[in-house]
Amino acid sequence: MKRIDIIKEVSKCEGLIVCNIGFPSRELYYISDRSENFYMLGSMGLASSIGLGLAMSQEERVYVIDGDGSILMNLGTLATIANNKADNLCLVIIDNKSYGSTGNQKTYTVGSTDLEAIARGAGNSDVVRVKNNNELSSALSRFINKSVVIIVEAEPGNENVPIIDLEPVKIKNRFMRRQVQ
Amino acid sequence: MIDKKIVDIIESAGIDVVLSLPCNMLSGIMEEIDARGIKHVSVCREEEGIGIAAGVVLAGKRPMILMQNSGLGNCVNALMSLTTLYEMPLLIMMSHRGGEGEQISAQKPMGEAAPLVLDAMKIDHISIGEINELDGLKTDIDYAFDNNEILAIFLKRDLWHETN
Repeated sequence: MKRIDIIKEVSKCEGLIVCNIGFPSRELYYISDRSENFYMLGSMGLASSIGLGLAMSQEERVYVIDGDGSILMNLGTLATIANNKADNLCLVIIDNKSYGSTGNQKTYTVGSTDLEAIARGAGNSDVVRVKNNNELSSALSRFINKSVVIIVEAEPGNENVPIIDLEPVKIKNRFMRRQVQ
Repeated sequence: MIDKKIVDIIESAGIDVVLSLPCNMLSGIMEEIDARGIKHVSVCREEEGIGIAAGVVLAGKRPMILMQNSGLGNCVNALMSLTTLYEMPLLIMMSHRGGEGEQISAQKPMGEAAPLVLDAMKIDHISIGEINELDGLKTDIDYAFDNNEILAIFLKRDLWHETN
């Protein structure tokens, strides 16, 4: 699948989205900008951690759009997620085997590294790998009330989408305001 | 006694979630936190804790992280490009290792550098070495949360020696 189509599918779900830095956030912003989206502009690797903190602190379902390169940068969080289960957390790892936002350098998932095995080994019981839109959409609905890690196989490459012209504080404030209402 | 007093302050400042990494000096504080049933999540690396704290803030709650000052080096970028960039509040409580009485030589370089690293990041920090210096800390913590700022507190070894 193309990453933008994966993001499109996830953005149809009802809930909050924490989106990874770089092109993934730009693509989400382009597809469907809404106050429920938290776009990361820095701190590569921390999407999964931010999502966990958010999921454990309120009740709405939280979707994290993460990537293979980012998750490899912060593998410890997979253990933290497994041992502090938040049933409203869905971690979607888009595995395109490359660092897309920095020029498509390869990550180790192109070699012998298996993120599904790592996620399971970290203690997560519900981990699925999907290859197409049908499998993704059914995984998203099947685990709707559970903590789940969904690994989506994707092609490398970025869409030609504009940058996010929102101030960081605006991204935060509108996200938080909707929580209070 | 000192551990109870510190957790009294944490509780009265309305901290909702405590993230922590292991430390000998802080172990009594962590036991007290667990005894009182305050939400406590141990993390694998400091940077991860800064990420989780940001999620807690996005939910409108108050997070803090307990760690050794050496861990500051493991989360500098996250404190800048996440917490500071989005103007999120955070309480950091660190054991200040490396000073007098430190047995582990590896703690010394970062022990000296940590306050200077915070200065470079323009993060407010307070050093506590005596029990009476804890007075007023709640006001400082409230200020940080009300103004979306990071506040770092160093807890010195003397603090525990004094009461033992």
